[in-house]
Amino acid sequence: MSTNKEVFLSVKNLEVSYSQARREVRAVNGVSFDVQKGKTLGLVGETGAGKTTIAKAILRILPDPPAKVKSGEIFLGGEDLLKKKEEDMLDVRGKKIAMIFQDPMTALNPLMTVGDQILEVLLLHNDYDKAAGMREAGRMLETVGIPAERYAEYPHQFSGGMKQRVVIAMALACNPELLLADEPTTALDVTIQAQVPELINDLKMKFGTSMILITHDLGVIAQTCDDVAVIYAGKIVESGTKEDVFDHPAHPYTLGLFGSLPDIDSRTSRLSPIAGMPPDPTNLPEGCSFHPRCPHATDACRKGQITSREITPGHFCACIREGGN
Amino acid sequence: MTAKQQYKRPNAVLEFFGRMTKAFSAKLGVILFVIIVLVCLIGPFFSPYDVNGIDLINMFKGPSKAHLLGCDEMGRDIFTRLMYGGRYSLALGLCSSLFGAAVGVIIGSVAGFFGGKIETFLMRLMDVWAALPGMLLCILVSNVMGSGFFSTVLALTVGGIPGTVRMIRGQILTERSKEYIEAAQSINCSSFSIMFRHLLPNVIQPVIVTTTMGIGSTMIMAASLSYIGLGIQPPNPEWGAMLATGKTQIRTYPHMLLVPGIAIALTVFAINLMGDGIRDALDPKLRD
Amino acid sequence: MSRYVIKRLLLTVVILWCAGFVVFTLTYLVPGDVAKILLGPEATEDVLVIKRAALGLDQPYLVQLGRFMYNTFIRFDFGDSWVFSSSVMAELLERIPRTLIIGLSGMIINVSIGTILGIIAATHEGKWQDSFVMVIAMVFVSAPDFFVALLLILLFSLKLGWLPAYGIDSWTGYILPIISSSLGAIAVNARQSRSSMLEVIRADFVTTARAKGQKESVITRKHMLPNAMMPIITGVGGGLAVMIAGSPVIESVFSIPGVGAYLLSGVNQHDYPVVWACVIFLALFTSFAILIMDLCYAFLDPRIKAQYSRGKKVKG
Repeated sequence: MSTNKEVFLSVKNLEVSYSQARREVRAVNGVSFDVQKGKTLGLVGETGAGKTTIAKAILRILPDPPAKVKSGEIFLGGEDLLKKKEEDMLDVRGKKIAMIFQDPMTALNPLMTVGDQILEVLLLHNDYDKAAGMREAGRMLETVGIPAERYAEYPHQFSGGMKQRVVIAMALACNPELLLADEPTTALDVTIQAQVPELINDLKMKFGTSMILITHDLGVIAQTCDDVAVIYAGKIVESGTKEDVFDHPAHPYTLGLFGSLPDIDSRTSRLSPIAGMPPDPTNLPEGCSFHPRCPHATDACRKGQITSREITPGHFCACIREGGN
Repeated sequence: MTAKQQYKRPNAVLEFFGRMTKAFSAKLGVILFVIIVLVCLIGPFFSPYDVNGIDLINMFKGPSKAHLLGCDEMGRDIFTRLMYGGRYSLALGLCSSLFGAAVGVIIGSVAGFFGGKIETFLMRLMDVWAALPGMLLCILVSNVMGSGFFSTVLALTVGGIPGTVRMIRGQILTERSKEYIEAAQSINCSSFSIMFRHLLPNVIQPVIVTTTMGIGSTMIMAASLSYIGLGIQPPNPEWGAMLATGKTQIRTYPHMLLVPGIAIALTVFAINLMGDGIRDALDPKLRD
Repeated sequence: MSRYVIKRLLLTVVILWCAGFVVFTLTYLVPGDVAKILLGPEATEDVLVIKRAALGLDQPYLVQLGRFMYNTFIRFDFGDSWVFSSSVMAELLERIPRTLIIGLSGMIINVSIGTILGIIAATHEGKWQDSFVMVIAMVFVSAPDFFVALLLILLFSLKLGWLPAYGIDSWTGYILPIISSSLGAIAVNARQSRSSMLEVIRADFVTTARAKGQKESVITRKHMLPNAMMPIITGVGGGLAVMIAGSPVIESVFSIPGVGAYLLSGVNQHDYPVVWACVIFLALFTSFAILIMDLCYAFLDPRIKAQYSRGKKVKG
């Protein structure tokens, strides 16, 4: 990530853990990244790598207990969000930073009309009266491609894809400066999956929003992101522009991810998935967390902490091997 | 090592017990309950007093060294009567709840498993049954059956059945639609085997929890029944009956009322703590 | 919606018929010669025969049943008491308000206090408020209501002399019965409210509301509570039914001339018209409580409402 651009959100050395029956689950272990104004950062990684936890930590909506932010700083416009008072955070949530949730089936309150749920966030952050708010909520529905007449319908009357549109409308209602999209396509049918990134892209263009897109789907990243950070076991193992990471992947884990994808052009008869399983977050391996699965692991990988190095300008990789491969 | 040994699970009962007693409250419940049961079962053998031994000199005597919890209106030792009465109360609670659960499971499984007309009929029957609240049915049945132990068990059982049936049927409906049942059907399991090997084990957990909790409320119901003059009757030392006798002396000798009342409350308290513990131990959401 | 209500009301009528059948059969099965019990052991056979004929006891079971059903459900007449020869209906109507005052005020107290305690416990899960509420609730779940009633009498009537120990000569007579019959229900409701609040407290839509920047207190009121309400309503309705069914016990502790005490005197004196009337009233009341509960569901949850208006049968 080059430094000459305007940094909008900066996360530094974030550590989050969950306490589970006296054991500590280390979900996020010292993550740092920047998001540039108007750009989209993609966070890629397997399930359980700590992606959602990072997003919720930024909004400070992690359930506490069991989750605890142990250290780190999250700067938004020069202010550390983690030091803000809870009541000041209320003005940040929904207004400056909004979130699109993973599962549209459960993210909507089943007992409230979809319109009212959009209205709720509008009234919280604007000085509308109720009628104006309702008009605006209807307009938001139209924006995401739902007729405004469906304002008074309940979530159970909508399909999964439509619900996700409502969730997106809710997130965009107050023109947030930063959008956190947590696997916005995972819970949807494949036929609808393609529409959602498109919709998000269009809206992002329209409103000039910065975005963090969380996904395990490299295709979605390719479609929507400017920058990419690859997360493994709560750490960023590789980051850079989309071109850097896609065209010159350096970390063995990133390579493994690409190796797990089918490729139409090359006639590979077999995919090469990454061997082994993601590590148990209550008991992370010493040294590089990836070493038990890494084909190139050496003794050095098993011992010392591996720090991130800049291999080409803006392209960082946390691997001791020169150039990764 | 044979395959059988190799795949042996850790002792399920011990494991369950360990999980259940992890919480302080459940531990307390188990300890209290075991003490109460032991005292009621073994205690009477060590008591120097006869359960119905009338001793007019010690009438209404308060607690003393000789009579730990005092004496009642006929000079009988209240502690001794309490231990004998505990046998009645515990047996009533246990028998009625287990009996009720058994009948409930049978009706509920038949309704839930076969569905169709059988189910509709049974569920309508339960609707009617449940329209007469438990305590009312208890009073009516007890009135028909008289005041013996088994007639009281029957009276107490009748009230609890519709609740168990509804719950079991609900559980079976949920489980029946799950895919492992389809999987079992697809490998040609007989419906008998599906019922007993697949469905019942999966619906039995809430039954265990409700039955445990039910023992407590059944004991309260039994005591209420004795209190209003049905069910077990004096001079039998059932706790509710002792309470009823104690009420007449409420102004002058409140210990006659307090002792059996606290005994009921404490026993039910212990059972409910155990019930909570069992529920938490069985609830997979809370497992780690 | 209205179709559903009509259907449910018809079902209630059928349930009442069946309840009538059950209660009549149960009293018919009570062993012993009712005429003899009513007239005492000295009564001669001639007198007994006349009494049996007067009460219709000489008829076969089916005839007696038919006459009972006809009188009760077609003519709405419960007849006269076998012991006092006065109209059962008149007596019942006089007693109903007393039982309802206790039951309904108990329910109102239960809804307000029990639910709030449960919410406090759930929102402070694991903290001292939670433990405190849950321990108190467990104590009152475990203590028999009539024992609590006797303890209250002991303290407030006999020791302190603040409230009457029995009777309803003034409104103060209602205070102890209401408290003692509702404490158990409050405890059950607090436990129920806590657990159903805990179910929704981690729900995704609650996180959504938090992400909108909504205040925690508003989230509790607007998002959590409505979604946790269904089991709470079931609990409160069930609690009311239990309270009403327990009225014989509480009314006998406080010597309150209500429906429960009437039923009990009917049972003890083999005054069966009284038993029939009381049981049918209590069943009617329970059925209505359940019906209102179901309608509350529809009012709260658009999904259930949609099911009702589509005329689909609701399982449960």
